[in-house]
Amino acid sequence: MNQRTLNRSLWISFFILPGLLIVIVFIVTPLFLSMFNSMFAWQGIARREYVGFENFVKIFSRYPYKDRFLNAFGHNVQWFVTTMVVQNSIGLLFGYLIYKRIAGAELYQRVFFIPVLFSIVAVGFLWGLYLNPNLGIINHLLHDIGLHSWARSWLGDEKLATPSIIAVNMWRWVGFPTLVFYAGYNTVPQDAVEAAYLDGVGEWTLFWKIMVPLIVPAITIITVLTLIGSLNVFEQVYTMAGLEGGPYFSTDTLSTLFYRTAFGAVDSGIPEVGIGSAIGVVIYVLTFGASAVSVLGLRSREVEL
Amino acid sequence: MIGDLRFRTTGGVGRLLIPLFQIMLVGYAVLILLPLLNMIFSSFKSTREIFQHPYGLPSEWLVSNYRAVWVNGGFAAYFVNSVVITGISIALVLLFGSMAAFGIARYRYRLALFVYLLFLAGIMLPLKAAIIPLFLIIRRLGLMNTRLSLILVFTAMSLPATVFILTGFMRTIPRDLEDAARIDGANDFGIYRRVILPLATQSIALVTIYNSVPIWNDFFFPLVFIQSDRLKPLPLGMSVFFGQFQTNWGLLFAALSIAIIPMLVLYLFMSKYFIRGMTAGAIK
Repeated sequence: MNQRTLNRSLWISFFILPGLLIVIVFIVTPLFLSMFNSMFAWQGIARREYVGFENFVKIFSRYPYKDRFLNAFGHNVQWFVTTMVVQNSIGLLFGYLIYKRIAGAELYQRVFFIPVLFSIVAVGFLWGLYLNPNLGIINHLLHDIGLHSWARSWLGDEKLATPSIIAVNMWRWVGFPTLVFYAGYNTVPQDAVEAAYLDGVGEWTLFWKIMVPLIVPAITIITVLTLIGSLNVFEQVYTMAGLEGGPYFSTDTLSTLFYRTAFGAVDSGIPEVGIGSAIGVVIYVLTFGASAVSVLGLRSREVEL
Repeated sequence: MIGDLRFRTTGGVGRLLIPLFQIMLVGYAVLILLPLLNMIFSSFKSTREIFQHPYGLPSEWLVSNYRAVWVNGGFAAYFVNSVVITGISIALVLLFGSMAAFGIARYRYRLALFVYLLFLAGIMLPLKAAIIPLFLIIRRLGLMNTRLSLILVFTAMSLPATVFILTGFMRTIPRDLEDAARIDGANDFGIYRRVILPLATQSIALVTIYNSVPIWNDFFFPLVFIQSDRLKPLPLGMSVFFGQFQTNWGLLFAALSIAIIPMLVLYLFMSKYFIRGMTAGAIK
């Protein structure tokens, strides 16, 4: 190797190595170790014998692991579906209204984004107070306006707890899809819109047949981010329902289950690192697989002008 | 030139829909602002007043709630920890991230793509799910219950997106600038420091906001790595506080306000940057 190439290699290493080292130690290694660990039996944090896919078999087929796992996963699915249908539809509409320069658009744009910046923890605790069954302002308000029968134990009712927490999360996050979609609409060439108007296309058709198909890339990104977010819900449940995912596991999610399994607070109180690692791997695979599927699925619907 | 984007509907349905949309928009804006306003008002009330008169201004503005939270509740320490941890993490992310992006974008070599992909490994996969081995690694390094553990993990967590955004930008800078500097006798570091970095200021501002907000707000990693109360950052400190003072709502609202208001004030002055920065990962 001549002096010049050597010199050049040294420079490249100098620039890349510090960051690469950190990423390898704290991201890549843990990623592979998760898979490795999930193949072993564990006693506390000491690794015992190799068990193959035994831990995964337990999660998917054996009591109580299977029941807890499927219950938690069901809630993640509920998070995803509700968020897509309610929050992202609102975002699609609000983004469009702002793009259309509806009166006050500038102001809405700024106000809607405010809660996006807040920590989930602060938002969760704040709404935990507001939703308190006896002392919270929401039930107080319902009583004051005469809707006594509407007052609920929002976070204490098994049927209502997860929807309530999802609603709080949407309160915090609607501004995000709104602005991503807004940016998406802005990439649509103005000529295309003008041409459509000249052809006598109505507002309804313009939106559904022209604007929405043209912002599929933004829709893909929001879908993937919603997927990742929904599969990793943790702080929301932790602050509003507790680590146990109460009442009676009705708010439990993969991440809270994973945390309890890994650090020992499930039913036994003993950490189960093998099972925990397996759940971690499942979260990874689901996140990656579902993201890949939605990217590929939506890419086929992308339209270019 | 931007044409007229406004709705051009003339039909009756359209005329009904637009007011309906306005009601929805105003409704959501109110839904955001009222709870925040109520939080601030409540933070100056006594707990008894919050329960009896939950709406409206406090009858007497109690600053003592804030003093209790800031001094006795330990929020002064939590706040300082958050500032230190976020500040150092961001400094490291910007330094190592921009260096790595430079090393990937400005040289042609066989491993460049591989290195790039290694950096991007963490972009879609949530690091939380690997908390068990991460916990064991931090323990092995003797970093449990230190601020450094968080700084390293936050740096790692932020590097993938940072490298992605900065590499994308640095690739667009023309080679001629670099060649000119080289003829003037600059070495590679000089080119990075005096040619590329100054041109990348805008994208660096972008990734600063993009990373600071999640780091400042993070709760999960402190929950796992930090036990000593005096080392806890704000979100974790807040959860401790909420456990301790469950029934003293005046204090709880003051604690929430301390966590939320600084962000609100920053946003008031820099909303454009925040919006651009936070959506940077999602908008090309």
